[in-house]
Amino acid sequence: MEYEVVIGLETHAELATITKLFCGCSTQFGAEPNTQVCPVCLGMPGVLPVMNKKAFEYALKAAVALNCEINRFTNFDRKSYYYPDLPKNYQISQNYYNLGINGCMNIDLNGNRKTIRIHNVHLEEEAGKLIHPEETGADYSLVDFNRAGVPLLEIVSYPDMRTVDEVDSYMQTLRKILLYTEVSDCKMQEGSLRFEASISLRKKGIDKLGNRVEIKNLNSMKSVIKAIEYEAIRQSALLDKGETIDRETRLWDEVNGKSARMRSKEESQDYRYFPEPDLLPVLIDEKWLSAIKNSIPELPLARKQRFVEAFKLSDYDASILTEEKVLADSFEECVKIMDRPKAFSNWITNDLLREVKDRKLDINSLQIKPKQLALLVEIVEKGTISSTIAKEVFSEMVQTGKDPQKIIEEKGLTQISDEGLIEAVIDKIIASNPSVIEDYKKGKKNALAFLVGQVMKETKGKANPKMVNELLKGKVGI
Amino acid sequence: MKIDKKTIEYIANLSRIKLSDQEKEVFIHQLSDILSYIEKLNKLNTEDVKPMAYAVSESNVFRGDTLEPSISIEDVQLNAPAAMGVFFKVPKVIE
Repeated sequence: MEYEVVIGLETHAELATITKLFCGCSTQFGAEPNTQVCPVCLGMPGVLPVMNKKAFEYALKAAVALNCEINRFTNFDRKSYYYPDLPKNYQISQNYYNLGINGCMNIDLNGNRKTIRIHNVHLEEEAGKLIHPEETGADYSLVDFNRAGVPLLEIVSYPDMRTVDEVDSYMQTLRKILLYTEVSDCKMQEGSLRFEASISLRKKGIDKLGNRVEIKNLNSMKSVIKAIEYEAIRQSALLDKGETIDRETRLWDEVNGKSARMRSKEESQDYRYFPEPDLLPVLIDEKWLSAIKNSIPELPLARKQRFVEAFKLSDYDASILTEEKVLADSFEECVKIMDRPKAFSNWITNDLLREVKDRKLDINSLQIKPKQLALLVEIVEKGTISSTIAKEVFSEMVQTGKDPQKIIEEKGLTQISDEGLIEAVIDKIIASNPSVIEDYKKGKKNALAFLVGQVMKETKGKANPKMVNELLKGKVGI
Repeated sequence: MKIDKKTIEYIANLSRIKLSDQEKEVFIHQLSDILSYIEKLNKLNTEDVKPMAYAVSESNVFRGDTLEPSISIEDVQLNAPAAMGVFFKVPKVIE
């Protein structure tokens, strides 16, 4: 039987504030356990949470960037459940008046667009971190509450995705938007960006959705894809046998590439949401909202499109450039200095990214500046150095942050365009390669390329290649 | 509204409270009485009244994103029923 896979994603992103949502404890990752806590985030009786304005504004910014309708009256609700990582036995979240509703995000699939609807975007607090001891037979777990109370953004999509490619594109695009708007650092390895998938299958051509299964414990984008592929196969095998799919939550086991059902006791939840009496509602007026709207930069997909149209770049180059905001910014700065978009795009997408990869550099703290790259392009155009030498200079620029002229001077790399000098070298090469000259005269055309190569080698790549070619042709007699 | 034994057991479980059969009987009556009393509100016409969740009319109370000192690990663990090193220790959580 052929089935359609229906996928929705829930995304959690820790917001990039320096303090927690309701208290002034640090959100810094990697600190000694239980050193970034206070009575508020430990849930001591009688404490009063006070909302971090920056966290609220980051959440609002994300909701606007995801094209949500903004609830002008928004408030917070208690979500009650017992789990040892939740100090208050309730989580302050949003349920009745989510910050943003009915949003959407465009994703790109090899040049085709698809719109994925966003059900809601809301703000809540993180739970602590549970550590399960490795020793066998241990009858305890350990808790670190440093993470408890860190502001967390939840983004819930509609089940609008049908393939893992769409899911991949959704995750990448969402990550880029959160990075572009600077609301989260999106470091998956530190848990600041996490996904949960819900998957159901239905026969092709049928509208009614099948029972959905939620998958948790997905630690990377790769795990999300693998878990969805696994789940689609598992469900279709069950359906083929005429069985029904239970509505359940499953945990992904990355090591074995399988998922297993969570205990049903933990699934049957009754959260008893009610308005959080310790916090006041938030009213969002026009002035505040338009200030937030104005703070949103051009988003990746729109920027990519503009790069293709305004600078005549290929779709591929434009997507690489807009992958990281800092690259796109640098590119635009270069183009502002000098109108050579294609050249800058090549330098950045090929040479710069290769250097970054080979030398494991942090893309956000590169030494080379747009002004310097523009200088290099100008120097190559003038013919001061050849494009081969330019690569060497560029690599040095990336490593040292020095200006190109300085490197050229220090290393004596200036291109030789002195006819007399080049001729002298050519004469030498011709004299020492009589057999090659014979071959050339007999019609072996690639013998010329060999001779050009020898001249370039002799001049350490500094001879003007165009002049070498012309002078050589003159000498061997065409 | 009548509360039955099943409902009492469900609520007790949600609240992690153990009740004897005798206590369940007591709470069945008490909670039923409370709910019946509250149900008097249903007699009011609330058609044009917006739901109200807050007793004060204030809104938009925020703090800045400024660091404040956290407390010492000794103070952190003062109320911990069990600890191990810098961690809180809890009964095994099975995932």
